[in-house]
Amino acid sequence: MTRLIRPAAVALCATALLGGSARIQMATAAQEGKSSTAPAGNAENGKQLFMKNGCYQCHGREGQGSVVTGPRIAPDPLPFEVISGYIRKPTGEMPPYTEKVLSDKDLADIYAYLQSRPHPPTAKAAPLLK
Amino acid sequence: MAKSKKIPAGRRDFLKSVAAGAAALAAPVAALPATPAPPAEEPLSRSLPLLPPDIESDPPPEPEVLNIGRSGSDFMVDILKSLGIEYVCSVAGSSFRALHESVINYGGNSNPEFISCCHEESSVAMSHGYAKIEGKPLCIFAHGTVGLQHASMAIYNAYCDRVPVYIVIGNNLDATKRDSAYGEWAHSVQDAAAMVRDYVKWDDTPISLTHFGESAVRAYKIAMTPPMAPVLLVADSELQEKPIPEDAALHIPKYTPAAVPQGDSGSVAEAARLLVQAQNPLIVVDRYARTQKAVDLLVELAETLQAPVIDQAGRMNFPTHHPLNQSSRRGAVVANADVIMGLEATDFWSALNTMHDQVNRTSRPIMKSDAKLISITMGDLYTKANYQDFYRFVSVDLAMAADPEATLPSLIEETKRQLTADRKQALQARGTKLAAAHQAALEQARNDAMYAWDASPISTGRLCAEIWAQIKDEDWSLVSILRHFSWWPLRLWPFDKQYQYIGTQGGGGIGYNAPASVGAALANRKHGRFSVSIQDDGDLLFAPAVLWTAAHHRIPLLSVMHNNRAYHEEMMHVQRMANRHNRGIDRAHIGTAFEDPTMDFAKIAEGMGVYAEGPITDPNELAAALKRAVAVVKRGEPALLDVVTQPR
Repeated sequence: MTRLIRPAAVALCATALLGGSARIQMATAAQEGKSSTAPAGNAENGKQLFMKNGCYQCHGREGQGSVVTGPRIAPDPLPFEVISGYIRKPTGEMPPYTEKVLSDKDLADIYAYLQSRPHPPTAKAAPLLK
Repeated sequence: MAKSKKIPAGRRDFLKSVAAGAAALAAPVAALPATPAPPAEEPLSRSLPLLPPDIESDPPPEPEVLNIGRSGSDFMVDILKSLGIEYVCSVAGSSFRALHESVINYGGNSNPEFISCCHEESSVAMSHGYAKIEGKPLCIFAHGTVGLQHASMAIYNAYCDRVPVYIVIGNNLDATKRDSAYGEWAHSVQDAAAMVRDYVKWDDTPISLTHFGESAVRAYKIAMTPPMAPVLLVADSELQEKPIPEDAALHIPKYTPAAVPQGDSGSVAEAARLLVQAQNPLIVVDRYARTQKAVDLLVELAETLQAPVIDQAGRMNFPTHHPLNQSSRRGAVVANADVIMGLEATDFWSALNTMHDQVNRTSRPIMKSDAKLISITMGDLYTKANYQDFYRFVSVDLAMAADPEATLPSLIEETKRQLTADRKQALQARGTKLAAAHQAALEQARNDAMYAWDASPISTGRLCAEIWAQIKDEDWSLVSILRHFSWWPLRLWPFDKQYQYIGTQGGGGIGYNAPASVGAALANRKHGRFSVSIQDDGDLLFAPAVLWTAAHHRIPLLSVMHNNRAYHEEMMHVQRMANRHNRGIDRAHIGTAFEDPTMDFAKIAEGMGVYAEGPITDPNELAAALKRAVAVVKRGEPALLDVVTQPR
């Protein structure tokens, strides 16, 4: 919750745009020929780091994302180089995480955690959404 | 100096006598009654009175009066009844004790009925929510000082949200009548309305009952004329409590709603021309729809033009599952539009631009540089200076200072008149593409909701789906803000009735949602609707005793806690600052998180007499708990489920 919010005018559509644009920007970078080789990481430690470093605040504890705060980043995260590059020097609304506050090793562990997230059932399998 | 004089007459008579005295003072000395020459030994001050004798001297002893018939407050209640006011929300207070008693006894505690509140902020926010369902205000009684100070933030919310709120405050203006034993000095004020004058549309301090009657009806009319906003009347205690003279010729003024301005025919024709000729017109709406008719008119206009609609969600303006609803595709449709029309688009600028929250705040337009902009808004007729809720200026090409709902019939007629057969064919092709994009967005939302489906804390998408499964067969009304809930209901549920969603708090003041949802549920009760609220944890903490009000008055409302155990947006703000300073974010929870200990909202609710369950952390327990809570609400009582959730 919040005491100071952006007005409703921004709300639904603007945040959808922002969340979406971050993922689009990252995806665009991926298409520009960057490799998808991720360093080995510890998913269990990555989970702790994901919470400790506040990644969950915008992206959810499972990396599921929100149209209000940040895009979905798991499962099937974008290539490691794309995500790590964006985290260090974001071009959208995301705050920067420098190596001083999040080492490359920690980043690799977080990435391993994102990769470990299970795929969801399809919407068709969920009668509640009908 | 002579002693103060007790004035047996009412304050009106007192003011008359003061005026007479002042007139006598202003008269030439020769006109004053001749004063005998004083004896030589008498002090000068006694020989030259500063005021006429009838003011300076003590009055004759006043006979004790123990009982009276009708008092001024009875007449005030007659006025409230004439305006059709159904409820008075109030925390009891001595400065309006006569009004309170007149409502419950003289008025029979019916139309209006006294609703017991525990905080003036709750009284006003209840009125805020009620008005957005019922389309008219209830009344609030409050102390003119401490009560109004409590109410102030909620009044500001309603002002920003363009909602009519009708406030009557008590005050003791006559300093000679204030009783310190009741704290009446500290509870009295020269200009009671001053502290909220920046965000009420009108206020008055009547000094007679006739004056009160006229001002009460005038205030109601002003509040109800768009742009709607709060109004405030000061009911002086003596005016409330003094007997109505037997020869008083009081009457109740007639209230006639004002017809609201429509766009002029020339502007309407030009708007229609631009929209019909556009390759990709777009309609943006925010606080547009006050009635179901407004929703239906917008559907007709959009379908006539086959134009996409972006609903900024200040109200339920446009059906969420309509193929032309493109609210989740703002970036694409704004970038593609060559004519964009805003209907009560309060923050039109933010629909067309983005703001970048990094060290240097920058913005960029999303729309084409040559896109034509049309606005129809009553906001052009009413803007104040101090509080900045008028948002960034937009350079539009055609502006109508008019009510969109009142203007749409002529705009639809003119649009249809200008549409040629060729043009209609082109529009149908556009509509087909938009329908496909809408369907894809809906499927995307359904798929998005599946992520973290089995997570604990429970995902907001899962919670939204579980609530829907239990209420979809009811005549439901969602009476809460949704932004912190990732807007899931607007993305997934089929809203098509105006009362199914009431928008946001307006001014961003927290503490709105809990009382506003109770007020909206109070309005929905007589219509037999099922009210449901997704209740933020931090919001409920501001004034949780509104739960008791709901229990006491048997207001059926299902409150499902979105309990993320934090002022979560503030946590993200602190995180952003910590990242900016390269300091790590491991302390962002300080001052933002509700932990050590966590709060038990079910116990809080139970303590207020509300049926409650929780905390619920397993998503597989939701369905059964919701079923039980729905059954309680359908019996006519409030229920609360404390659900521990993901942040957003």
